[in-house]
Amino acid sequence: MDTSKGDLSLVALTKSYGSFTAVQPLDLTIEAGSFFALLGPSGCGKTTTLRMIAGLDAPTSGRIRIGEKDITDTKAYQRNVNTVFQSYALFPHMTVIDNVMFGLKRRGDKDAKRKAQETLELVQLAQVGDKRPTQLSGGMQQRVALARALVNRPDVLLLDEPLGALDLKLRRQMQIELKRIQQEVGLTFIHVTHDQEEAMTMADRIAVMNAGRLEQLGDPATLYEMPRSTFVANFLGQSNLLRAQVLGGPSDDGVVRVRSHDTELEVSREHLPDGVTDVWLGVRPEKLRLGEAGGPNRLRGIVRDVSFTGVATQYIVEMPWRQELTVVQQNDGTARATLGETVTVSWAAAHGFALDASQDAEAGAELVDEHG
Amino acid sequence: MAWIKRHLIAFAALAVLVYMLVPNIVVAVFSFNEPKGKFNYSFNEFSTAAWTNPCGTQGICESLGLSLQIGLIASITAAILGSMIAFALGRYRFRGRSATNLLIFMPMATPEVVMGSSLLTLFLALGVPSGEGAILIAHIMFCVSFVVVAVKARVATLDPKLEEAAADLGANPTQTFLRVTLPLAAPGIAAGTLLAFSLSFDDYIITNFNASPSSITFPMFVWGATARGVPVQVYVIGTVMFLLALLFVVTGQVIGKRRNRQVA
Repeated sequence: MDTSKGDLSLVALTKSYGSFTAVQPLDLTIEAGSFFALLGPSGCGKTTTLRMIAGLDAPTSGRIRIGEKDITDTKAYQRNVNTVFQSYALFPHMTVIDNVMFGLKRRGDKDAKRKAQETLELVQLAQVGDKRPTQLSGGMQQRVALARALVNRPDVLLLDEPLGALDLKLRRQMQIELKRIQQEVGLTFIHVTHDQEEAMTMADRIAVMNAGRLEQLGDPATLYEMPRSTFVANFLGQSNLLRAQVLGGPSDDGVVRVRSHDTELEVSREHLPDGVTDVWLGVRPEKLRLGEAGGPNRLRGIVRDVSFTGVATQYIVEMPWRQELTVVQQNDGTARATLGETVTVSWAAAHGFALDASQDAEAGAELVDEHG
Repeated sequence: MAWIKRHLIAFAALAVLVYMLVPNIVVAVFSFNEPKGKFNYSFNEFSTAAWTNPCGTQGICESLGLSLQIGLIASITAAILGSMIAFALGRYRFRGRSATNLLIFMPMATPEVVMGSSLLTLFLALGVPSGEGAILIAHIMFCVSFVVVAVKARVATLDPKLEEAAADLGANPTQTFLRVTLPLAAPGIAAGTLLAFSLSFDDYIITNFNASPSSITFPMFVWGATARGVPVQVYVIGTVMFLLALLFVVTGQVIGKRRNRQVA
């Protein structure tokens, strides 16, 4: 990587429309060459952030830098940043190859045709150069849009929900494809999406945004295993959240004891935020085990629903205080239960996480359903 | 009977077509006539005299040239002004936008005779001499409205994201306009310009109010000739104009169809 390229940094970046603040002061550094995802529900400010990086919207305040270069006050056409638009925005009056060459031609690249053809090969569309974009299927148009941005070898390539219009199967295929291409070309990709699964599948690092604010930043596993807010816990996968009180400092083996509904439970010290006594104790459904094999944390309840999904079975277990826990069990022949049975649910201290109880336990959950 | 019933739509279509084309056919047929006397109202004898000598009547080709000249200048000027107005109205929200919309609509809604006479009054008051200059000003005015309507409809269908994409790919505002916006708006601009040309070319009422003895346009020449007998050359020019119009429309259709086939 040559020295002119570098990390993209957003410094206290904000965007307001009148009294509405779309993006709260946002500080973010995106490492050069990484696959980064901006994840959040619609209206969380992720697309506005993307448009500010592209230069299509001017920030209200804050700075944008690529490496040492401050690009905040440059126009979109002066930035070495390219976008794959959600609607693809291919030029209908040009052939596919002319679309792909458009950026190179603007820079007077003599080798535009060859580079464009190579990039079409990279996205597996070598044969369609002479066609018009409207003659291609949605998935192919998506690839053309990607090629048109890629061919310019931008410092940062922005993807605005690029897979949103594709059907599920094609979307899965393109996710793998995009990841392959990103690794092959080594460019910085910033992918805006509301699909948590897509973000986790593809990105090295994810910034979860909510209501114009950065909720949490981290690699997919950290976000999933150690969410720092109920929003992240619910928006990335499912979480069972139990109200609990911290009973004291950590013991020698690094676990903290908490009390939830008259039951003593334990959670790893590093999964508990500092200085809180009232917590939501969270456990992912697949970390819970039917029976006592899961760990020292045990709760008893009645099986209220059993749904078989193939690789796994999902149980709804009702606690004595009426709360329903979701348990997902691999269909490996162990730990079966039937409807109406009283069962023990167990898990290890390391599999739980604790969140400040002052937050809404439902935050982010309804948004997942909305997007399917 | 049942056969007729089944093909009723075809009969109706044929009848409409005949109704619309008969005048043109009559004109074409009579352009080959050698009239007996001054009036070319009954077919006398086949002749190609008028076709071989279309400028054979005094003043006819001068008036045709003037009409073509006015039509070209008026339609091209109107195309440029009208397209700019259409982009402004279609793309931006500004103070006076609805007032502009209304003003653009006015010349289309105003009876020509009112417009012609009021323009004459205005030109006289301002000391603008009658003649080609005055006619041009008048024609550009009403042509602009039609161009605006045609181009505005096209601009409304343009995806602003395409211009953003062009900017994103490094095209400055001028390049974006020339390479993306203009080519996409071109069919609307072409349609508006053609409409403007034909409106200017055959305008009689407004032109007549503002003409001088040295600025006889083709419609004025024909109108003047009817009293003393229309020369056969008028039929020749009429037929040629009809064929040219037909050619334009058919070409447009073929291009559109080819483009659609590529799209589909």
